Amino acid sequence: MSDVRLEARRPSAPPRPPRRRPAWHPATVAAVAPETPNARRIVLDVPTWPGNDPGQHLDLRLTAEDGYQATRSYSIASSGDVTRVTLAVDRVDGGEVSPFLVDAVEVGDALEVHGPLGGWFVWRPGGDPRPVQLIAGGSGIVPLLPMVTAHAEAGDPSPFRLLYATRTPEDVFFGAELDAALRAAAPFELTNVYSRRAPEGVPVGRLTREALERAVLPPDTGALVYVCGSTPFVEQVLRWLDDLGHDVTEVRAERFGGS
Amino acid sequence: MSVVDGNALAGVLTDVLGTDATTARLRCAGCGTAGLLAVTRVHRSPMGSVARCRGCDTVLVTVVETPTGRRVGFPGVRSAAIV
Repeated sequence: MSDVRLEARRPSAPPRPPRRRPAWHPATVAAVAPETPNARRIVLDVPTWPGNDPGQHLDLRLTAEDGYQATRSYSIASSGDVTRVTLAVDRVDGGEVSPFLVDAVEVGDALEVHGPLGGWFVWRPGGDPRPVQLIAGGSGIVPLLPMVTAHAEAGDPSPFRLLYATRTPEDVFFGAELDAALRAAAPFELTNVYSRRAPEGVPVGRLTREALERAVLPPDTGALVYVCGSTPFVEQVLRWLDDLGHDVTEVRAERFGGS
Repeated sequence: MSVVDGNALAGVLTDVLGTDATTARLRCAGCGTAGLLAVTRVHRSPMGSVARCRGCDTVLVTVVETPTGRRVGFPGVRSAAIV
């Protein structure tokens, strides 16, 4: 019996449960637009959607005419009590679902979504006063954008910083939305890092620990840190954050696989 | 096979637990540490998913998709605190 221990201790700051119960919902594609050369923005009309918090995701199910079904998880680029849900899907070569969503899905197509999902990788305006550091690799920006947007629209006073790593300037998602957040009154700073090609006057180079240290709020600010990107990107960033003295057990990370 | 994290199990486990699973605090039967499902290492394949402890690699959760439905197991979870 010595190894039987009651679970009575609580984490110091228990995550709040999500406010909206997940369920399956029928959805219709309301709009599509190129987001980058390799990604597409897809707006879904989901009449029964209960709304979602910034950072949440959904499972999307496609059903072929022969009844074959495929389900994948996608981060949501929008938030709030609305029935329009915005996704931005990167094409995964050799993938089964993403090439269809990026290249073939059309306005009016029907699919199903399950959500809103996830109560850990979320940030809500007006709650936690701590500064926030966001770190995105490529399409890892998708669940972080609604945090930036909600922060700006609420005029939330928490200092926000985003470090956003892409290959080239053309690979940046949501350029207009990020520019709007930079113009808003809420405190927001953006650092772009380009690994292959950069705008004139901006250095080219992969993200390094030194660049991360320069761009990221230091540990003594007590910042809430969110990291999203491919699994190797997130693991590398977490190692560097650990080296720099951040408490990585408190960092909220979301990995979407890949290499 | 791709490696992600416990956030990816939110959908399938919500059906089982009836609440958000990513904030469930699981105590590993292998090493005794407790952590959120969201931070576990998840190996995903078309057949299903396995969530492992980051501390000792114990298999905490298994999700297997079968033609007759979904089988979910918690072989390495000693206890779960569901918020």
